[in-house]
This record gives sequence, C-alpha cells and structure tokens, in this order.
Amino acid sequence: MPGSLSTLKVLCAALAVLFVIAHPAAAQLSFKPTAEAVQEDKLLNALREGDKIAGRITIPDATAANLIQPAGRDWRDFQRNKLPIIGGIAIIGMIAVLAIFLMVRGRIRLQRGFSGKTILRFASFERFTHWLTASCFIVLALSGLNISFGRMLIMPLFGAEAFATMSLYAKYAHDYLAFPFMLGLVIMFLIWIKDNIPGKLDLQWIKQGGGLLANGQHPPAKRFNAGQKGIFWIVIIGGALMSVSGWFLLFPYLPADVTALQFWTVIHAVIAMLFIAAMLAHIYIGSVGMEGAFDAMGTGEVDLNWAKEHHALWVAEEQAKGRAPSGTAPRAVPAE
Amino acid sequence: MARVKFLCDADRCIECNACVTACKNEHEVPWGINRRRVVTINDGKPGERSVSMACMHCTDAPCAAVCPVSCFYTTADGVVLHSKDLCIGCGYCFYACPFGAPQYPKVGNFGSRGKMDKCTYCAGGPEADATPAEYAKYGTNRLAEGKLPICAEMCSTKSLLAGDGAIIAEIYKERVMKRGYGSGMWGWKTAYSDSPTG
Repeated sequence: MPGSLSTLKVLCAALAVLFVIAHPAAAQLSFKPTAEAVQEDKLLNALREGDKIAGRITIPDATAANLIQPAGRDWRDFQRNKLPIIGGIAIIGMIAVLAIFLMVRGRIRLQRGFSGKTILRFASFERFTHWLTASCFIVLALSGLNISFGRMLIMPLFGAEAFATMSLYAKYAHDYLAFPFMLGLVIMFLIWIKDNIPGKLDLQWIKQGGGLLANGQHPPAKRFNAGQKGIFWIVIIGGALMSVSGWFLLFPYLPADVTALQFWTVIHAVIAMLFIAAMLAHIYIGSVGMEGAFDAMGTGEVDLNWAKEHHALWVAEEQAKGRAPSGTAPRAVPAE
Repeated sequence: MARVKFLCDADRCIECNACVTACKNEHEVPWGINRRRVVTINDGKPGERSVSMACMHCTDAPCAAVCPVSCFYTTADGVVLHSKDLCIGCGYCFYACPFGAPQYPKVGNFGSRGKMDKCTYCAGGPEADATPAEYAKYGTNRLAEGKLPICAEMCSTKSLLAGDGAIIAEIYKERVMKRGYGSGMWGWKTAYSDSPTG
C-alpha cells in the first residue's frame, strides 16, 4: 500500500522536525528543579472564587484529589452567619406580618353568614393529595429547621446526646418523607394545573389587593383566585427546586463534587426558608385568617355563601353544570 | 501543653503513599475511606510536587463550626476530634472542610452517609483511652501511649512531620534555609492563621 507508506514517511519527517525544535537535551540543561516547583502561596493567590487546588491521586476516591478548597470557608460563613439572617427575616418576619394583619384586619368573616347549604370544593382525592404533601412538608420543614437552628435553639434544652438522637431520627424522617412529598407535588401539579393558568381576572384581583384589605370587597374569581394561584406556583416551583437540590444531597455520590454539593445545599436552604414563610401565610389564611376557608380542605364542602363571596364565577360554572345548589335564598323544604 | 500540627515538606515527599497505607493499617480504616492521601500537583510537569494531606486539626475548625449536632471537640493538644455517637452523617463538615478530610462510609444506597470518619491525629475519640470501644470507632490511640501519629513516624524521607507546631515549623524553616528553597507549609495558612474568626 503505497499510500500508507508515504504517510509514514511524512510522519517520520514531522517527528524529526519536532525533535530538532523541542531539543529536549537543551531543555534539560536549563531546567532548574527548585525554581519551577509549585508554590502553595502562588496557587492559593491564583485561585478564583470557588476554585480548588487539585492534583492527581492514586486512590479510587476522585474527591480526594482536591487538596485545598478555600470555598469551604465561604460555605461556613453562609451556614453560620447568612442563613440565620435569611431564615430569621423570612420566618419571623412572616409571623410578625401575619400577627399584625390579624390585629388590624381581624378574621375575614362571611358577609352574609353561613347559608347552611354547601358545595363540593375539593374531592376526596384532592384532599388526600393536599394532606399527604402538607403533612410531609411540616415534618420536612421542622426537621430541616432543626439542622439549621436546632443546635442554637434546642440543644441547650435537652443536652447534646438527646439532641443528637432526636436529630438522627429527624434526618431519617427528612430523607424518607422526601419521596411521598415529591409524589404529592407531582399529583398536585397534574390535578390543579388546569385551574391555575394565570388570566386577565388575576390582574383585577391583584389591583384590588385580593379584597384582603378592605372589608366586604371581593374581586370575582374562578376556581382559584390570583393569590391561590400564587400559592400553587410557589409550591410547584419551590417544591421542584427543593426536590432537585435535595436529590443531590440524598445521593451525594451522584455529583461527587464538593463545590456542586455546596451549591445545592445553599439552594436547598434558601428556598426552604422562603418556602416555609410562604406556607405560613397559606396556613394562616386557610385556618385562623378566614372564616369558612378550612372546610374546603377539611370536609371538602364549603358553605355556598363563602363560595359565592370568594369564587363567584366558579360557583356559577358549577351551578351551570348542575353540581351545586342554586338560588340565593334557602329553598323551602318540600312538604313530603 | 503543646499545640500539635502536621507539616508536609513537599520538596521531600516522594509519593510513596506509605503514610496512607500505614494509617489504614494502624486504624483498620473502613473500605473506601482514606484518612490520609497524597495529592500530586502539576503531575508530569517540571516542578511537580506531592503533598500528603489529612485533617489539619485547624484552629477554629470549620467542621466544628457548622456541625448541626456539635459533635466536634478540640483536645488540650489542639487535636480536633469528634464523637461518632453524636454524628448524624449529614455531610456538613465535608462541605466546610478546606482539606476534604471528613468522609462517610456508604451504608446502603439510601441516605447513603454513615457516621463520619476522619484523621484523629492517632488520638482516638471521646471513649476512655485505648479501650476496644475506642479502637473500633476511631482506631489506635497512639497519643495516649506517648507516640506520635504513625504516618509521620514512618515517613521514609521525613517529609511528613508531626508534633508541636512551633518545633516542626522551626525544623521546616531550617531545611528551607539550608537547601535554599521550599514550596510552602501546605495548608498552614488555611488551617491555622487565615480562619474567618481569627
């Protein structure tokens, strides 16, 4: 094969030229083993934000190739100094806002009182999904807060050993309940997405402040008003971020990189604080904050007057479909 | 009391990994965990250096600062130790440690971190010195026997030094003066002087 022979010749020539240019013998003479040695100071100074000094390692554990990662100190600073401020402002701030709201606005009452007639707002499967996710969320939130603040707030009360035992079980609960929580998120997304697409009515609702501030003002709404849609999207987007970041923390050998894990812990912690604050508002308005609201997720049946005040258009739709009692005045009880 | 430290003279390290092996053998370190390892910087290039690294037993240790259950403590000699009874295997010390010292045995595929394991400076743990319980969790307590860590003791080139920080720093400085070069006291700036709270 003449073709391959000529290729070989060209290769040999190229190698010869390289040899002359590179001249390894000369390079060896000018090489000073000590002058060109790596210096820790130079490497540290040359590091960019989040970088590590790494090298080659002969053991199988690839993470061991990182010699020094100064970013650990930034992570420590976040964990010990920044996160308590973010969490404190978000959670205590939300509790304060809700307390002030309750004091100023009081409980949002039904304008026309209870009608005695009810309409089905959430079917049993919807309520099951809600409470599955909600109960998991509460345990996840408490066990998560325990990791961030337990040492500061709870450990002094019970002592290190009892606290460590409690924290270990809390960690197990956090690890395992993540899965039913994620399942709940997926189902909620599927069953409620159709009622949570933002629309023109939502602008009107937002302009009127949802009728939260003025007594007796109720912007019209379909099944979910803009506030409820907001909660839905906070849960879906926040939950998705928690799930993705949590997945890497559950399976730390997936990214197997300390910088990636640091990033995901920061995402997990910050989103968690905001998520908890948002859910406090959701819990407030669904229980103490508004008369008649809890029934929606309690028995699933809400009072017709409540439904008309808060979701006038939805009631009209349901009545048109024949799934709700009609008429404003209580119907006369048939004589038979 | 002395303040004990590690110092790796990288200009002497020949990357024989004997410190790694000796450590694993001395403490019966679990499979997959290396309390000490040798990292080669600029491998294959002129001026490459190998550094033997383990827990540096930092002043104001980041692991202790971030531990959610406060399982770390510092001995009178400045050795940073931890209690495996308290540890919940959350991984926080691994995120905060500048040297990648904390490691976790994989216990099953789920919630896959066990109790953290790291270099003890051959000083055991909170259990009574030289007891079987201490050995099972943390390995040999050589310090209690009046001996220094095995990795430094058997280093063939005396690259890895352990002992009173002031004395080993002096030995290193003498070496640098005599031979005219030194690639630095690897990790010292990070572990002992440059910590955020001093």
